[in-house]
Amino acid sequence: MAKAPMHARRKNPILRTPLPTLPPHARSRVALGLTAAAARGALELQVCRDCRAVQYPPREVCRACLSSRLIWRPHNGEAELAAETVLHAAQDLYFRERLPWRIGIVRLDGDANMVVYVHDSVGSAPCRVRVEAALDRAGEAVLLAVPPDGNADLSADPKLREMTCDPRGRKILVTDGKTAVGQAVVRALATAGAEMIWAGEAEPWKKIAEAATLRDLPQVMMVPLDVTDSHSVHELAGEIGAKVDILVNTADCHRTLTIGAGGALNAAQLEMDINYFGLLRLAKEFAPFLKARAADGPASAVAWVNVLSIFALSNYPPHGTYSASKAAALSLSQALRADLYTAGVRLINLFPGPVDDDWDQLELPPKLSPGALAAALVVALQGSMEDVYPGEVAQDWLERHGDNAKALERELSEGSQ
Amino acid sequence: MAPSGYADVVLAAPVTVPYVRYSIRGAHWFLGRALAQLLAAAKIPKDRIDGLAVASFTLAPDTAVGLTQHLGLTLRWLENVPMGGASAVVSIRRAARAVQNGDAEIVACIGGDTNHTDSFRRNTATFSQFSQDAVYPYGSGGPNTSFALLTSYYMRSYGARREDFGKLCVAQRNNALKNPLALFKKPLTLDQYLNARSIADPLRLFDCVMPCAGAEGFLVMRESTARDLGMPCARLLAAIERHNAFPDDPVQFRGGWAMDRDELFAQAALKPGDIDFVEVYDDYPVINVLQFEDLGFCGKGEGPAFIRTNSFEVGGTFPCNTSGGQLSVGQAGAAGGHLGVVEAIRQLTGQALGARVAKARYGLVSGFGMINYDRGICSGAVVLAAD
Repeated sequence: MAKAPMHARRKNPILRTPLPTLPPHARSRVALGLTAAAARGALELQVCRDCRAVQYPPREVCRACLSSRLIWRPHNGEAELAAETVLHAAQDLYFRERLPWRIGIVRLDGDANMVVYVHDSVGSAPCRVRVEAALDRAGEAVLLAVPPDGNADLSADPKLREMTCDPRGRKILVTDGKTAVGQAVVRALATAGAEMIWAGEAEPWKKIAEAATLRDLPQVMMVPLDVTDSHSVHELAGEIGAKVDILVNTADCHRTLTIGAGGALNAAQLEMDINYFGLLRLAKEFAPFLKARAADGPASAVAWVNVLSIFALSNYPPHGTYSASKAAALSLSQALRADLYTAGVRLINLFPGPVDDDWDQLELPPKLSPGALAAALVVALQGSMEDVYPGEVAQDWLERHGDNAKALERELSEGSQ
Repeated sequence: MAPSGYADVVLAAPVTVPYVRYSIRGAHWFLGRALAQLLAAAKIPKDRIDGLAVASFTLAPDTAVGLTQHLGLTLRWLENVPMGGASAVVSIRRAARAVQNGDAEIVACIGGDTNHTDSFRRNTATFSQFSQDAVYPYGSGGPNTSFALLTSYYMRSYGARREDFGKLCVAQRNNALKNPLALFKKPLTLDQYLNARSIADPLRLFDCVMPCAGAEGFLVMRESTARDLGMPCARLLAAIERHNAFPDDPVQFRGGWAMDRDELFAQAALKPGDIDFVEVYDDYPVINVLQFEDLGFCGKGEGPAFIRTNSFEVGGTFPCNTSGGQLSVGQAGAAGGHLGVVEAIRQLTGQALGARVAKARYGLVSGFGMINYDRGICSGAVVLAAD
């Protein structure tokens, strides 16, 4: 498979940087069910609770039995490509700027027809395919037909690469490179082909042996960055802001205090200063740069990643103040996502469960290793999703939360007794 | 139960508001001009029109209701027919029953649209909920994408070649060269057709209708009314419509005509071979072929052979789209379905603007409309006879 070059060719500085255009945004409310699943990297379709008929396009009422009890369920996407075309003319600017597009119609096993993008590596119609959901640059779900077996490499298709935020050939700022998670993220991004990684360090005087070895990686440059200091964030943005393609916010302050503990207020203020205000400072300085370069050729600005916590979904009282700061960051990230999507820049949130690091020492396994967290982050960038719940605990909490958020709240409060 | 026939119903006063590629006017202008021309053709005052059936994509936020006040019409019967290329056939069916039953005496059926430079994209982006959710976000190709998929599927399934579709397009262009109202004035060669700019494989430029602004109109009334007014008219022998036929076909290779054609010909007391000329809906040539097959002029899958053994000019073995059709006259939005009806009335009443089909007694007009998602939903046809 052809890969994007490791080092994207430098663009001619005399040329105007194209302004970002977006694929069409409008969807009916019911169609956003597809987006909700695609945001997690899943394909879900409406199924009739009464007659089991699979529905597509999304609708309000079952096409077979008129039941209104339609529920979203995971689908394996197995289908046949019935016909295809290569589109050479488009009305919308986004598509026009990227012609041609390979488009097909597939017949899903289970009787629904789907208009889809067809991956380069799919043979000619008729043939078997697997349908996947992805997020386009407007953040809306679209369907892709990929070969029926194996994992489809979206980046191997020059058009479908648009659905990804592939770190290959890109320049990335990791806001804190010195924590266990930060180090793992820097290494994983280097392995995934990042062209340049700036690793922030808030306290250069603090010597951490493992972090020091990051300097041995040729792509990595340590840069001073203290997200609690507006001046520091401003300085760095002035220096590298116009070059950053992906910002990964690993800056994190995690104290394990219940709200009644001595020192909880101070800890909470520090947590908020890094986890919430830090994100706000970064957004203020870096988001405008990312948006301005969202259509800047094959190595355009594409993504903003936050390492949040599963505790952001529902407060975990033993880490009460930390949970609250991550919930605040989650809320703020939604505002930032709305802003970034106006230019087609994706915001990805990771919601790990307890990480196998110092601050989750007292949490029982299974715990997520920093390496596994970093790997999930890279997979999310290479694929097409915006909410990532890596590891068993995160998946378990997510399921409980979706099933009954109030029950999860009670379960978590019991855990603190 | 077989529906009762249309004895005593006639169509008269075929009018066309000349097409233009783009217009700064609103849809109301074109529809208003069509009505004015109808009155002039029928030599009747405005208050003689007591029924109106309107089809337009660009009339929003108005519908037929707004048009009554805009045009100062006081009516006792009103239809808004949002069925795209099937609107004319459906308007005829509705209007025929109204005049038969005395709900209206003279119904004006008009279809028309304006076309601003960005109209087509806007209409495509918001055409339907399914289209907005599940088609437009895939390249924004609009009907080009849908018909490319249909065409590619048909070619693979039945062995049609680009040359077959090209033969239809070239014949229609030849017909259009004699029609002073056609927007396309230059001959089209098969080579030009085959080597035109690619639009959506296998479609190239001359497979695709050109959107434009314009309007078409005609009157529906009882034969006695036409006699009193001294108007030449064509008789309505039969009419069918069908919506969302064959929903389980994986890709559309047939339309609703296949369900209803036996009824159509039974009602007309004719066989396909009795028809002297056809006006089929032709936004893309593959749809012509589906209509040839589904209306019984040849069997399913025999379209390519039918094309190779017939000629489609006005003087040919199977005169088709005798004014040039939408492919060579232009597609004035919802007037696209009215174009064929208006041309058929002209042919059957000896008022053809271009070439005249010799001894035309029976004409068949079919309509097709509304790519709601992956296929055209509305289909219909009428058989008309010379008086």
